[in-house]
Amino acid sequence: MMVPLLEVKDLYVQFSVFEGELKVLNGVNLKINEGEKIGLVGEAGCGKTTTMKSILRVLPTPVARISKGEIIYKGKNILNMKPSEIQNIRRGEITAIFQDPLTSLNPVFTIGQQLGDVIKYASRYQDHLDKKEIFSKSVAALKETGMPDPERILNNYPVQLSGGMRQRVCISEALSTNHNLIIADEPTTSLDVTIQDQILRLLSKLVEKKKMSIILITHSLGVVRELTDRVYVMYAGNIVETAQTTTLFSNPLHPYTRGLMNAIPRLTGERIFEGIEGRIPNYLYPPTGCRFHPRCKYSTKECQEIFPLMYDTGNNHEVACFLYKEELN
Amino acid sequence: MKDEILTIKNVKKFFTTPQGVVRAVDGVSLSVKKGETFGLIGESGSGKSTLAYVVAGIYIPTQGSIYFNKQDIGKGYRKRSKYLKKEIRIIFQDPGSSLNPRRNIKQIIELPVKVHNTFKNNHKNQRVEELLEMVELPINYLYKYPQELGGGEKQMVAIARAIATEPSLVILDEPTSALDVSIQAKIIKILMDLQRRNNLTYLFITHDLSLMRNIASRVAIMYLGKVCEVANTSEFFKKPLHPYTQMLLSSIPVLTKEEELLKPQKIVPVGEIPSPVNVPPGCSFHFRCSKKMDICSQKDPEMVEISKTHIVRCHLYKKID
Repeated sequence: MMVPLLEVKDLYVQFSVFEGELKVLNGVNLKINEGEKIGLVGEAGCGKTTTMKSILRVLPTPVARISKGEIIYKGKNILNMKPSEIQNIRRGEITAIFQDPLTSLNPVFTIGQQLGDVIKYASRYQDHLDKKEIFSKSVAALKETGMPDPERILNNYPVQLSGGMRQRVCISEALSTNHNLIIADEPTTSLDVTIQDQILRLLSKLVEKKKMSIILITHSLGVVRELTDRVYVMYAGNIVETAQTTTLFSNPLHPYTRGLMNAIPRLTGERIFEGIEGRIPNYLYPPTGCRFHPRCKYSTKECQEIFPLMYDTGNNHEVACFLYKEELN
Repeated sequence: MKDEILTIKNVKKFFTTPQGVVRAVDGVSLSVKKGETFGLIGESGSGKSTLAYVVAGIYIPTQGSIYFNKQDIGKGYRKRSKYLKKEIRIIFQDPGSSLNPRRNIKQIIELPVKVHNTFKNNHKNQRVEELLEMVELPINYLYKYPQELGGGEKQMVAIARAIATEPSLVILDEPTSALDVSIQAKIIKILMDLQRRNNLTYLFITHDLSLMRNIASRVAIMYLGKVCEVANTSEFFKKPLHPYTQMLLSSIPVLTKEEELLKPQKIVPVGEIPSPVNVPPGCSFHFRCSKKMDICSQKDPEMVEISKTHIVRCHLYKKID
């Protein structure tokens, strides 16, 4: 049995707001092995980014509260770590790429200063680098992402670059050091399809080359299909389905996953696609039982009362739905 | 032609900025037929929204003319007659900012109904309720405010407001790109129903090619303020001619193997859309083009008619006389 690199166990996160408690994450279970590429898919507001922020321990406190659960990274619980320990994790072990490269880069520092800082602090507990080494490492990092003329870019400010270039800078910041895990939160959502294609190719190539693991958070199923090995589908703070990417796309089981796939317009055309009725629940008063039941076609009394567990249907394909309970017994 | 509802002839729209002149729309000629869904596709910065605003009258074109049913409408919104304002309506991308937060849904929908008198025998409230029903929103939403609604529902209200005047041409400026796919599907379904029922013509602006495959009857691709290719939808996706179209089509992430087969041979995209301030000489696409020739960097290609329903602007295709 392989020990996973990172394991999120039964994670509950709540946000205290004026109106009351927002029960956002409702028992999230996630596993990522070394060198694996996993995708976390779901619609806006389903808790993907909250999961990511819990892993990196950057949730806004005291508004957000982790009420239950564990995040085990290499046998240690991230949630119990001291601030200095978690700082070291962020410096050298887990890194992130954010959705909007303009807001995740500091507008008043040049690319060189920011990239240099990342390289400098990541290396602090390995070896001491001088300015020259940092510069040459920065150039190398930018070159790796296919950036033309890296020496000039290092002196530029983020506003002087285009969206695709900025995202390349973010990727080179994340990949310049030898981190083990990258969490990419919608890295291509704000970009055009042709740029998206370039960035995803690059990310996939570099991750494979450096033998890193990646969690790709996105709302686009197409992107997940092209890049990942395994997929987790998330809805309203729960993982509803997980499987190998090829299995999931050939045989989606959960009604939500199916609905999501039917909602996407296909290139084959001529087929009117259909949406899912209703909208994502209010987290102040989430539905009892399965959180998807108010929107579900197959909802029964059981769904309204009892929270479904993950049922393993074989082939590492797990689904949180009572529809598949009988099949197993 | 007889059944053309909208004709755009060599329209240009430039903006003067401290950095130089931005050639947002640079000589576009298009025609939209009555009752069709015309898809206008392009990456961000290609000028598709600017063109929509020119048609809607928000911008006055720098050059060129626009005709709506043979009537010149290229003079801006203030010069338009009330009839034109009733006939041409626009739906914006972000319903959060296009609805007044201080008005309730009833007031929002009522205003165009009142101004353009599209109700019968004093049944104004009935008309508003009918419109709400058309976009499948419950009646008790009448006295709600936009902030109480979800993104998809807000967009429904914006649609109801647009069709309240019984228009014949509706401009849709990326109406679903800010929404989730499950909600997008519902909105598209309602839009298609409305089109069938009220005989509407849509000028649909988007960057989503797969969506256009499903709903458009004709599509045009824009790049840097110019139209590259116009064709019937089925022809366009079966036999894309312009290298840019091929590049776009081959970079869409898809869900099934059948779709993979429909994509043209993989063209690895290179580069990014250049700034519209310094448009490259010759064909504006030649920096990124995989089939670049010497002539491309010198001479801007002209529109070539491949067939009656398919035109392309590229040096690869020669004019057949």
